[in-house]
Amino acid sequence: MTVDQAADPPGGVNADRSPGAIRLFAAYASASIRSQLAYRASIALATLGVFLVTASEFLALWALFERFGQIRGWTLPEVALLYGMVSITWSVCDAVGRGFDAFGAMIRDGQFDRLLLRPRSPVLQLLGHELTLRRVGRLTQGVIVLGYAAQSIDWTAGRAALLALAIGCGVCAFLGLLVLQATSTFWTVDRLEVWNAFTYGGVTMSQYPLPIYQSWFRALFTYVIPLGCINYFPAMAILGRADPLGAPPITGWLAPLAGPVFLALSLQVWRLGVRHYRSTGS
Amino acid sequence: MSSALRPYRAILSARFRMLLQYRAAAIAGLWTQAFFGITLIMIYSAFYHSSDTPPPIALPQVISYVWLGQALLAMLPWNADAEVHDMVRSGSIAYELARPVDLYGLWYTRAVALRTAPTLLRAAPMVVVASVVLPFVGAPAWRLAPPPSLTAAAGFAVALGLALALGCAMSVLINISLMWTIRGDGVVTLFTTAVSLLSGLLIPLPLFPDWAQPVLAWLPFAGMFDLPFRIYTGHIALAGLAGVWLRQAGWTLALVVLGRWLLGRGVRRVVVQGG
Repeated sequence: MTVDQAADPPGGVNADRSPGAIRLFAAYASASIRSQLAYRASIALATLGVFLVTASEFLALWALFERFGQIRGWTLPEVALLYGMVSITWSVCDAVGRGFDAFGAMIRDGQFDRLLLRPRSPVLQLLGHELTLRRVGRLTQGVIVLGYAAQSIDWTAGRAALLALAIGCGVCAFLGLLVLQATSTFWTVDRLEVWNAFTYGGVTMSQYPLPIYQSWFRALFTYVIPLGCINYFPAMAILGRADPLGAPPITGWLAPLAGPVFLALSLQVWRLGVRHYRSTGS
Repeated sequence: MSSALRPYRAILSARFRMLLQYRAAAIAGLWTQAFFGITLIMIYSAFYHSSDTPPPIALPQVISYVWLGQALLAMLPWNADAEVHDMVRSGSIAYELARPVDLYGLWYTRAVALRTAPTLLRAAPMVVVASVVLPFVGAPAWRLAPPPSLTAAAGFAVALGLALALGCAMSVLINISLMWTIRGDGVVTLFTTAVSLLSGLLIPLPLFPDWAQPVLAWLPFAGMFDLPFRIYTGHIALAGLAGVWLRQAGWTLALVVLGRWLLGRGVRRVVVQGG
């Protein structure tokens, strides 16, 4: 099927005079945000709701520390750094990657065909599909928890830079997971709950220091799905702690890079999926 | 069975057949919940090995508690019935009002199906994985242990039935709240937060600070998850059984009375537009 360029409405986006990827994404994002702001009270309540749910989650964590004092030598403010970092990372990824999360429905009802017909990358269109505002609730909670953790950290410019690097790379790692999840729906048609084990399970796992887990579990989240690399190793460097398992200090700076690498690999698998895509029909 | 109950029986069986369609989702859910269970157990084990103060509940009991929670997750009233949500929003609730059955009874029956069918699908395989497969693959310390006695098992069965009755009364209350808020995001989230924190879903209730225990025990939420689980693991002694059942039954009655009263008021103010 070919697209008849002449059929484009006046002012439509043609392949040859289209805006840059970033400007297009900004346009998508602002459209999505404006559509959500049409229901201001509803979005405010939903955001508050997300904040409450995640706040109660931290309350449970606090109760465990109140009871046990520490976990394998880590105190609450130290674990709060792990917690805050992954909360921020996941909320940003979840807000941006909504299109990949809702991809199963697009495959089922054939909406993905429309995306393929447009002369822009489907990845870019999916990223701009919906920028979920209520994730701000989790982001806020993450920032507050991180602020609490920050009080007991000896800050240097390097450590602050590492925090930013870890969060940026972390968003890449989680996005990679959402891309893989979406790719799997090319074959399974419906979105499978199995991926929740790695996304939501990965968030829960990341809230605690990696050495508390068994070796097969640590290996899974270090070498296969690098969620440990983007959270635990940089957090250790920021706290100035030595790894009990003997990783050298430079690991804190190098490990987060596994996030972008993972995303790049996931996008390769995604391309493979798109090439094998067969529409479910109209 | 008397003819008065016939419509409810028909609704229950129709909803059941519909909800049992989602078998693939149940299998996917089994994997995810097993994974979550194992993650949580490693976290609790690490906490228990980090402290010398005597814990209020033993680690094997916490592990069984975690597995019961994963197996019976679908029983918790943490969301609104999606169809009732649509009815309130679209106005087709008018049809519900026109039916010649008691609306509260109708919604309660729907809630029973909504909380039971997915639980039946998910609980049995989860229990098999947690109690049989785990010791088999070399993780006996992580298994779901059987109850300490037959009496505890029987006490758990009764408490679980009451937990279902209580959870369904709460479910209907969530549905009724939609009549005031229409979109419902806000109020439903309040329920979700309260249920997940206070029922024992997030962490076993005995692990909360000691000063919070009396409050937690007397709120309705403990009766939905925590109290039955503690009977199962032997954390609540057999002498305490009757007290737990009474609390569950009392709260169920209270929520049903409250729900009926609120529904009566809600129906009077509901506005159905269009023709």
